[in-house]
Amino acid sequence: MTPALSIRNLTKTYKSGYTALKGIDLDVNPGDFFALLGPNGAGKSTTIGIVTSLVTKTGGKVSVFGHDIDTDFSKAKSCIGLVPQEINLNIFEPLIQILVNQAGYYGIARRRALERAEYYLSRLGLWDRRNDAVRTLSGGMKRRMMIARALIHNPRLLILDEPTAGVDIEIRRSMWEFLHEINAAGTTIILTTHYLEEAESLCRHIAIIDNGLLVENTTMKKLLAKLHTETFVLDLRMPLMQLPPLPGHDIRMLDDHTLEVEISRDSGINKLFADLSARNIEVLSMRNKTNRLEQLFMSLVEGSRQHRAAGRRRQA
Amino acid sequence: MTLDQKLVAFRTIFYKEVVRFSRIWIQTILPPVITTSLYFVIFGGLIGRQIHAMEGVRYMDFIVPGLIMMSVITNSYSNVVSSFYGAKFQRSVEEILVSPTPNWIILSGFIAGGVARGLVVGGVVTVVSLFFSRLHVYNLWVSVSVVLLTAVLFSLGGFINSIFARNFDDISIVPTFVLTPLTYLGGIFYSIQMLPEFWRRISLGNPILYMINAFRYGFLGISDINLDLSYGIIIAFILVLAAISLYLLDRGYGMRS
Repeated sequence: MTPALSIRNLTKTYKSGYTALKGIDLDVNPGDFFALLGPNGAGKSTTIGIVTSLVTKTGGKVSVFGHDIDTDFSKAKSCIGLVPQEINLNIFEPLIQILVNQAGYYGIARRRALERAEYYLSRLGLWDRRNDAVRTLSGGMKRRMMIARALIHNPRLLILDEPTAGVDIEIRRSMWEFLHEINAAGTTIILTTHYLEEAESLCRHIAIIDNGLLVENTTMKKLLAKLHTETFVLDLRMPLMQLPPLPGHDIRMLDDHTLEVEISRDSGINKLFADLSARNIEVLSMRNKTNRLEQLFMSLVEGSRQHRAAGRRRQA
Repeated sequence: MTLDQKLVAFRTIFYKEVVRFSRIWIQTILPPVITTSLYFVIFGGLIGRQIHAMEGVRYMDFIVPGLIMMSVITNSYSNVVSSFYGAKFQRSVEEILVSPTPNWIILSGFIAGGVARGLVVGGVVTVVSLFFSRLHVYNLWVSVSVVLLTAVLFSLGGFINSIFARNFDDISIVPTFVLTPLTYLGGIFYSIQMLPEFWRRISLGNPILYMINAFRYGFLGISDINLDLSYGIIIAFILVLAAISLYLLDRGYGMRS
């Protein structure tokens, strides 16, 4: 099966001498919903820039659905739709005009472009604003407009670089729903985000980049299985004066109505509830202290940094 | 991309450019028409009456082709430089860069837009000039071909300027310090035959002189310069600037990291 995106030994050193990518290998399968994560400056946007030809690579090979971006750039570019991190819309142009023009750059005639523009603007809740200039839109509307623009030529691979940054939760949820829909319809999606909850709820595969290197590349399921413990916060019905001894549980009192407990994957949560119940402590509600993926992400990135630091010490 | 798709992409860029300068016609079309009309009134109507015929032609009739050409040069240049730099500044140029549109189509589309504005303004200035002079056309083919080629040349110049520009000041430096002096010294208001030998020789190094004289030949049948030489110089400049533009686009200079 030809991968939707294939990256081999990708390197990038900027003119300033800064090496953003140090040899990345990555495959994204057709139809996948793929998360590309990493801290700021890790190399995510550089990778996306190279795939979409906005950044020139120093070395390596990239192909999109089997089309090499160097030798078969026209077909490779036709397969990609890009939602960039920064808003790059012409603020003076009306929405409908931007979409028709964008379709035109892909050789799509005006009539068909207008039909598609109507569809995507309606789907993204922007049809009523079609004749307004971009500068009159809110931040969330601009983000949705960039998604419509990226989809106007019906790309097989949609790349979203932090598409929901600065978007309120309601719009973010509706954007997730829409992305789920187009992924279900067959569009491969690559997503970078700082909202790890977003990656966890949307993506099936995940790669983590740190300092220009891939530190993880696996399925979301396998990655989350690596999490040995989870921290939960329990809200209590009645105030507690003092925490009774609970042998076998790593538990702390945050205040008289709240407990924090570390649960190992092996022990499960039933025993904790049984022990609390035996001591007449009633739990009203429970929540994860941190997002599971966030916990893992931090440990992986931290691990990779410690590994690099140890390497540097050995060299010294 | 198939040929049809390339044609759609070209039409899209061209149409976008025409819509852009038409939408802001008060900034793009009206000012050059007013400025040139003032030239007609002051240099042609008021001062021109005191000046004797130039190479056997009434002074007002002598300056009209040069003033038309000046508006074409300035507007072709400024349309491309401001439009492409604006797209770079807002990063909306990435819309085209991520698409499969070949670079030569991108260049052609922007150049066609610049030529369109140059010709629209030149056309309006020509109509205005009819109120002040007895305009007649000596050789239509020469007039049309020279004005078209000149508009292409200066659109290319504007394109290169916009690629190198890093801020809005950079897009006004060339028009102010290079283009305007060369245009004024390119024989709009005088024949270089009037100049002393030294300055006449210096003037021959000004490429705009060749364009204005060739254009004037199309209207009046008189020129300080050999017509073939003018065509040769204009075409040579177009080829060189087009090659530079395509090279810069291929390298993604100022647009790709």
